Amino acid sequence: MTFTGWFIEQFGQGPGWFLANLALILAIAFPVMVGVALAVYADRKIWAAMQMRRGPNVVGPFGLLQTFADAAKLFMKETIIPTGASTGVFLMAPMITFVLALVVWAVMPFDAGLVLADLNVGLLYIFAVSSMGVYGIIMSGWASNSKYAFLGGLRSAAQMVSYEVSMGFILVAVMMYAQSLNLSDIVMSQKGNVLGILNGNVFNPLLFPMAIMFFITVLAETNRPPFDLPEAEAELVAGYQVEYSSMSFALFFLGEYANILFMCALVPTLFLGGWLPPLDWAPLYIIPGFVWFLAKMAFMFFAFAWVKATVPRYRYDQLMRLGWKVFLPLSLFWVVVVSGWLMFTGHFATAPGVL
Amino acid sequence: MAAFAFYLFAFLLLTSGLMVITARNPVHSVLWLILAFFNAAGLFIILGAEFLAMLLVIVYVGAVAVLFLFVVMMLDIDFKALQRGAMKNLPLGLAVSGIILAEILLVTMGWQPGQGVIVHEALAGPPEGMTNTQWIGSQLYTRYFFVFSMAGLLLLAAMVGAIVLTHRRRVGLKKQDINVQNARTPAGTLGVGKAGLGQGVEL
Repeated sequence: MTFTGWFIEQFGQGPGWFLANLALILAIAFPVMVGVALAVYADRKIWAAMQMRRGPNVVGPFGLLQTFADAAKLFMKETIIPTGASTGVFLMAPMITFVLALVVWAVMPFDAGLVLADLNVGLLYIFAVSSMGVYGIIMSGWASNSKYAFLGGLRSAAQMVSYEVSMGFILVAVMMYAQSLNLSDIVMSQKGNVLGILNGNVFNPLLFPMAIMFFITVLAETNRPPFDLPEAEAELVAGYQVEYSSMSFALFFLGEYANILFMCALVPTLFLGGWLPPLDWAPLYIIPGFVWFLAKMAFMFFAFAWVKATVPRYRYDQLMRLGWKVFLPLSLFWVVVVSGWLMFTGHFATAPGVL
Repeated sequence: MAAFAFYLFAFLLLTSGLMVITARNPVHSVLWLILAFFNAAGLFIILGAEFLAMLLVIVYVGAVAVLFLFVVMMLDIDFKALQRGAMKNLPLGLAVSGIILAEILLVTMGWQPGQGVIVHEALAGPPEGMTNTQWIGSQLYTRYFFVFSMAGLLLLAAMVGAIVLTHRRRVGLKKQDINVQNARTPAGTLGVGKAGLGQGVEL
């Protein structure tokens, strides 16, 4: 009996379905929140290690509880709403950021069949939700009634819209290769797709450039260094977050890291073979897919932290140049290459709806 | 359940549509407009058109409305002055919307094409074993290819027009040319000069 089936039997059709999904949502959201706390810790530790410091090491064993202490401190602080702020929009902005960062996890397959909503437009859903993420930032920037926050909001709006364009083309290449928008299908299409032994689009010379571009685009989408101009602390104090305190700031912070974690999960799903082991070799399948997935996520997060620790921030015109003059033509050209190659090798011959 | 969802989305859609034109603050208007787009996407999902719903969110909410919001935030419009003439134009607006409403009602209720006019029959829904997305693709790029490419050309013309109208060359602007910077070598830029006593170096 399925999990949902058990609930429906116990509580009837409607309430059972509702309770089952509520339980599943909590089963995703709670680990994500714990993951965010650990990710913040890991980020600081990796960053410290690269600068030959110790990083957080006081609160709890190895400083593991540092994030929780920080959260508790934020929780105790006073929520300040600036005079002249547009109160409704000001309070809604962090909520939007936080909710969108959690909502997007609904379609992520953690293992074969282990997914809350197996949408057949899963990839578009992710794209839609992540493109809405800009509203939290732009609304907070405007509603704060502060010049720093406003500049941060404008920067981020321009930046995220610019990089979404090339991100869209990269996703097009992946979905053409998988012939599906469903994330589970995309993962399964990577099974042994390179020389019959390697699992993962990243090993495929056709999609390798897309994987590299996607990683950089994702850094820009999540406002991570070297693209953290919306919150550039040296120029804008903290950008759009400058007027926020207490839990409203904490929601931004949690949302931002939940987004980063999600992108760390999305890159493996699209390019590293998701829950599949890197080699299509029977003994490797003994390790559960979930473990592979988490390991790949951790690897991607390390790469994120690595970039943050080593690369200096871009200048704004350079950021725009990279987005519009380098990534957009390159990804568009590569979509043509990928679709041409797939067309001439007969990849689409079996697709439904082909004349 | 579906009926409840429909009335919820439809109510929110109409309310936010109303708020778009009544909100005092233009930025609030745009935010209500975004809520309206979002609820329209919800209606698409109820219809089983999940691909269109996602496209609506990606294109309108994620791109068009962001740029719109961007512009409205930067502009300093006196909306009081704009709204002053609203009552004067109310009859005209009502007339136009009445005509559009009447036309929609006529088309949806028993309109038939004239004799000899060939209109494609309405498509019932995706065939077996085909998702919504594949079905739209297979129709759009075969049956409606001409209309589709015409729409694309129109957009291209609009884009070129917008760029031509707004593009300007500013004089005295120093731009970074990254290729030139990367092509620089020490041999081309560095030199050791020897300054004689009481003389400068030629640069």
